[in-house]
Amino acid sequence: MFGFILRRIGMLIPTFIGVTLVAFFFIRLLPGDPILLLAGERGISAERYAELQHSFGFDKPVIMQYLDYVVGLFQGDFGMSMVTRRPVWDEFFTLFPATLELSFVAIIIAVFIGIPAGVIAAVKRGSMFDHTVMTGALVGYSMPIFWWALLAIIVFSGWLQWTPVSGRISVMYFFDPVTGFMLIDSLLSDQSGAFASTVSHLILPSCVLATIPMAVIARQTRSAMLEVLGEDYVRTAKAKGLTKLRIIGLHALRNALIPVVTTIGLQVGVLMAGAILTETIFSWPGIGKWMVDSISRRDYQVVQGGLLMIAMLVMTVNLVVDLLYGLINPRIRHN
Amino acid sequence: MTDTIETVSRQSTRAVLKEFWFYFSVNRGAVIGLFVFLALVLVAVFAPYLTPHDPNMQYRDVFLLPPSWMEGGHVDYLLGTDAVGRDILSRLIMGSRLSLFVGVIVVVIALTGGIILGVIAGYYGGKIDTVIMRIMDVILAFPSLLLALVLVALLGPGLINAMISIAIVLQPHFVRLTRAAVMAEREREYVVAARVAGAGPLRLMFLTILPNCTAPLIVQATLSFSNAILDAAALGFLGMGAQPPTPEWGTMLAEAREFILRAWWVVTFPGVSILITVLAINLIGDGLRDALDPKLKRS
Amino acid sequence: MSLLEIRNLTVEFDTATGPFRALKGVDYTVEKGEVLAIVGESGSGKSVAMLATMGLLPDTATVKADLMTFDGRDLQNLSSKERRNVIGKDISMIFQEPIASLNPCFTVGFQIGEVLKTHLGLQGKDVRNRTIELLKAVGIPQPEKRLSSFPHQMSGGQCQRVMIAMAIACQPKLLIADEPTTALDVTIQKQILDLLINIQSKSEMGLIMITHDMGVVAETADRVVVQYNGEQMEEAGVLELFESPKHPYTKALLSALPERAEGDRLPTVGDFAQAYSKEGGVAL
Repeated sequence: MFGFILRRIGMLIPTFIGVTLVAFFFIRLLPGDPILLLAGERGISAERYAELQHSFGFDKPVIMQYLDYVVGLFQGDFGMSMVTRRPVWDEFFTLFPATLELSFVAIIIAVFIGIPAGVIAAVKRGSMFDHTVMTGALVGYSMPIFWWALLAIIVFSGWLQWTPVSGRISVMYFFDPVTGFMLIDSLLSDQSGAFASTVSHLILPSCVLATIPMAVIARQTRSAMLEVLGEDYVRTAKAKGLTKLRIIGLHALRNALIPVVTTIGLQVGVLMAGAILTETIFSWPGIGKWMVDSISRRDYQVVQGGLLMIAMLVMTVNLVVDLLYGLINPRIRHN
Repeated sequence: MTDTIETVSRQSTRAVLKEFWFYFSVNRGAVIGLFVFLALVLVAVFAPYLTPHDPNMQYRDVFLLPPSWMEGGHVDYLLGTDAVGRDILSRLIMGSRLSLFVGVIVVVIALTGGIILGVIAGYYGGKIDTVIMRIMDVILAFPSLLLALVLVALLGPGLINAMISIAIVLQPHFVRLTRAAVMAEREREYVVAARVAGAGPLRLMFLTILPNCTAPLIVQATLSFSNAILDAAALGFLGMGAQPPTPEWGTMLAEAREFILRAWWVVTFPGVSILITVLAINLIGDGLRDALDPKLKRS
Repeated sequence: MSLLEIRNLTVEFDTATGPFRALKGVDYTVEKGEVLAIVGESGSGKSVAMLATMGLLPDTATVKADLMTFDGRDLQNLSSKERRNVIGKDISMIFQEPIASLNPCFTVGFQIGEVLKTHLGLQGKDVRNRTIELLKAVGIPQPEKRLSSFPHQMSGGQCQRVMIAMAIACQPKLLIADEPTTALDVTIQKQILDLLINIQSKSEMGLIMITHDMGVVAETADRVVVQYNGEQMEEAGVLELFESPKHPYTKALLSALPERAEGDRLPTVGDFAQAYSKEGGVAL
């Protein structure tokens, strides 16, 4: 098991190097002079140019620049935003909790609805429920998420007036962030109604974001369950006189969950992509919206640094999922 | 003698197609998807003849007209008009051309690149394989839409650049699939026999092994087709894909965004078009998966 | 009163190509402490009958019988709860692929313990001790260590012993063994068969041995039922069957045994097809 962990981490190193290379060359590949791009100034004097050239390290050979860049990364230097004049590292961690909160709630919704739906669809294969769930899932991941978000706003915020249109909390509440997670912070603040406001702001975007993962998880669970239910050991469980609930919920599900956990892990990457669109539409101040805004504002250091940090995040999550898989699959865990 | 061989091989191709159709048509959803998709292709091909109005013509006196069945609507503009008075139905019909075009081009690029890299990686193994797979891992380390967005930022906004970016982002799936299939087939007897008979590497890779790896590739191609349409629409929505006034469905949604509460039809219909197209393709993909690999037939 | 009595059992499967009759009216009787062998080739329906008795057939199967009683109780009209009290406790079954028949995600100790907890209501230390006893009884060395083993860490023979342990945990009145040794090494086969017979004779348990191997029948059975294509061909005591088989199919099966070979060529069952069809039975 320990060897498994080491090997998995080892495989990440070349990928990590590749990712840093992509980030490093990103600015240098943009049309235009990278120094001007990085400085964000239009028309600068020759001396200023030379100054910047030196401070950005462009007068050194490329390989040295790359190594400097990587060393900087390990010191937490991911660049500086031109717009806010703050380090990218700081900006990322200010905005990340918003995305994390949104994604976390979305994945919880997706798992707690998707898995039971898939299990029941498999057990009642061919029934009305099965067809409905599978069709619903198919529609779910065939929809453009940004359109679905707009539609949800039209219906729930516009016609029904149940939920607000944007933001994490009503503007009438203001308190200093403690954890960055609005659900926790609003509870900690003593302002009445803050928590309720948070929930009402969170519910629509997280449901929209949960749609695709929910659909994929439901389909995968059904698929895995169908396969497991045909296995010999399920027949043995029946022959032992166990209750149907125990056979399906313990013996079958435990095995079916093994591939499903991998799927759930992969959905985190999908969530990040979906968050870009969801955050943009709901004006949710997370890293998805940050990246989109930075690209249109040509804040290239943010794009470069943000891209790298997000990639590292996805790689870490994939690693955790891999390790988790090794943990729950007894064939790997026990020699 | 050669006649009989030819007739037999033609018959067997027909037999294979017949068997394939038998399994495919059992899936009602897949058949419905196929018909809808064919209808869409027809609409796209004959678009210029089907549009009631010029998609780019702005009718100054009918801004934000509701659909014809609603109060205030007009039968000339069946699905209503947008903020600058353009007929939505005409724009949707023209947009179908763009969406299908995007799907085809992206899949062709991703398939070609993916197959070549995958076959090389799977056939040669060793260092070449490692290098190619690591590059694919790097691409997969980034969330797909984000990477496509950054690539488009690099290349400049526009539909062509969007297509190239999406193709690059979807590439690794094809490479992995092809590589896995090639590695599985590489040691089979018919490959060894061909090698012993003197076939060179190129012939072995592309004429001997590859034709037997097509099933998963076809399924992945349909999946990528629908993903490409969705991603292109997303990029269009973010302003990085097709640029206005191009009637691409995602771009139409971007323009419509500020009117969602005032004029729901400007937002709803382009999205429904995307949904129907992608749904049809996904239904076909499901049917293909079941038909091409009946052993795996679980649903 | 017989331990198990089945009269006119028919089983029909709903398939894509129409209904398929796997069993066409078969009878079985097992007395207390008796070993019944059900023998036949693949497709004879020998497993189907016992799976139907245990209620393990899929929903596509329709099971009908004039009589299906176990220990005097009517098996056909039991509620699910009542059935769960019988299956796994008074009647148990072991299967052909031992490793696949155990759940890969749970330890041996857990899977045996489950039966003890569910049917006998044992708790805590009692479960552990009884499980170790059972593992010893089926001949597994170092049973304390085996409690935390997973099926993939053990051999086929060991897994089958675990299956047997699970099956006898509640001291059943009847044990059904569906081709228990077919998937095992020849050397292990004898060990498992000896184990089963040993357990059976010590506890006066009824044993139904489903097999296609006449050698196994000779070694273990008291009575034999010969089945072909969902119908019963012959039913007799084991000595009687081997010495004077009445049905041509039985004769064919016995003649195909290498031990009974005469002449240069080993006869096959097909050699007797003509003789059989002349007797007015189902064509072989």
